[in-house]
Amino acid sequence: MTDRALFVVRAGALTTVQDLGRPGYAHLGVPRSGALDASTAALVNRLVGNPSGAAVLESTLNGCALRPRCPVTVAVGGAPCPVTVDGRPVAWGAPVQVPGGALLNIGTALSGVRGYVAFSGGVAVEPVLGSRSTDLLSGLGPPPLTDGAVLPLGQVIGGHARVDVVPQPAPPAELVLRVTVGPRDDWFTPAALRAFTTSTYRVSSASNRIGLRTEGPALERAFSGELPSEGMVLGAVQVPPDGRPVVFLADHPTTGGYPVIAVVRTADLRAAAQAAPGTPVRFVPVRRG
Amino acid sequence: MSGTSGSTHGMRALPVGDDALLVEVSSGEQAQALHAELLRRRAEGTLSVREIVPAARTVLLDGLDDPARLASELTASEVPPALPRTQEIIELPVRYDGPDLADVAVLWGVSEEAVARIHAGTEFRVAFCGFAPGFGYLTGLPARYDVPRRATPRTSVPAGAVGLAGPYTGVYPRSSPGGWQLIGTTGAVLWDHTRVPAALLSPGTRVRFVPLGRR
Repeated sequence: MTDRALFVVRAGALTTVQDLGRPGYAHLGVPRSGALDASTAALVNRLVGNPSGAAVLESTLNGCALRPRCPVTVAVGGAPCPVTVDGRPVAWGAPVQVPGGALLNIGTALSGVRGYVAFSGGVAVEPVLGSRSTDLLSGLGPPPLTDGAVLPLGQVIGGHARVDVVPQPAPPAELVLRVTVGPRDDWFTPAALRAFTTSTYRVSSASNRIGLRTEGPALERAFSGELPSEGMVLGAVQVPPDGRPVVFLADHPTTGGYPVIAVVRTADLRAAAQAAPGTPVRFVPVRRG
Repeated sequence: MSGTSGSTHGMRALPVGDDALLVEVSSGEQAQALHAELLRRRAEGTLSVREIVPAARTVLLDGLDDPARLASELTASEVPPALPRTQEIIELPVRYDGPDLADVAVLWGVSEEAVARIHAGTEFRVAFCGFAPGFGYLTGLPARYDVPRRATPRTSVPAGAVGLAGPYTGVYPRSSPGGWQLIGTTGAVLWDHTRVPAALLSPGTRVRFVPLGRR
């Protein structure tokens, strides 16, 4: 077969199609979705000559294996991992030519969590509201990859990559998240606000594309009562009744009723996407702007 | 504290991260009026923003160039008056056959037939959306008809189920877990991503439930 498509040999723990997401529909209850580490998704696209909005695959911890049905240029980035074509090691973080019918294996992450795989032409599943992203909260977009699935590839329109290899930040040994305090910091006791910015939390294994959950000191509210539902932003640090902060990631709900103690700087969310369960987390307050 | 911009007019603008504002007012009606005003400003090109997300008592403005300037501008102005109800009404055909209809009748202190009559006689408005794509929180029932959520949520509520929770009425756009008190069923398609617009209901939409066979 020489059609432009990928055959999924091994889907891995959780591999989804991701692009820049579907911002602009939050008022209808539609999460923004999109690659958790958007800069890395843009980088691997650039390495294969795609525009930054082309759809890539986002894998989780143990990679995936694919058999393209046509010759394709591939680049793998994000969590460092072994990459092979028909069993032979090839470069990570650089463009690789994969012949039609060859087996491309993205191995288990050596560190970090999420791998990004770009294919020349991009993954061309049918877009929903302008995006091909899988949204795990609302179920919009294509379902997560399954063994035996076939994904269409787009036509190659661009020329060649302008960069051969670029440095990528190593996944964090400690996750330091800069936060601006508020909007609902007044819902917490002074002791809780101090604990929030001075304690070391750990990334919980219950984390997913919706939120980075943490384990650590519970943050006590200054008063009981319910907050009427209000709009939520990417990076919002919501504190549910158990008192453990949750950092909202791309598939977060558009409204919520638990108070947001602070908001993580957008630039720090790519590191959050790569923080494995157990990684220490600190919240460091910064000024706005 | 978070640098709250106060106001003597009951409108507060709370900064959220580096490029968003949460504008808080004192009632759901004010939130709807503020939302309409902000949409008007965006349409006329005087407000540049990625998302305008109304909710129960707030409107979130996400993706602003200069949130501090807008905050001082908004809090120096009055909450806009509610707009005249000129928009057309969406009619949702309904059968009042929900499994919690009897419980709601007890909570309201009326018969099941009266629950249907009161609900179908109410003009609703979509206050905001959330929970799932196309799920609208509809207001319009008087406060005496507020009901609690079910003590135990159902693991699966079918698409089209019409439910009550707190001051809100809602219709499940697709099958999902849910804790609302179910009073009826509609065949209307609330969400279809292949349709334009995908959502039948959006914030501000006026809604009436029309019992089947009585159109």
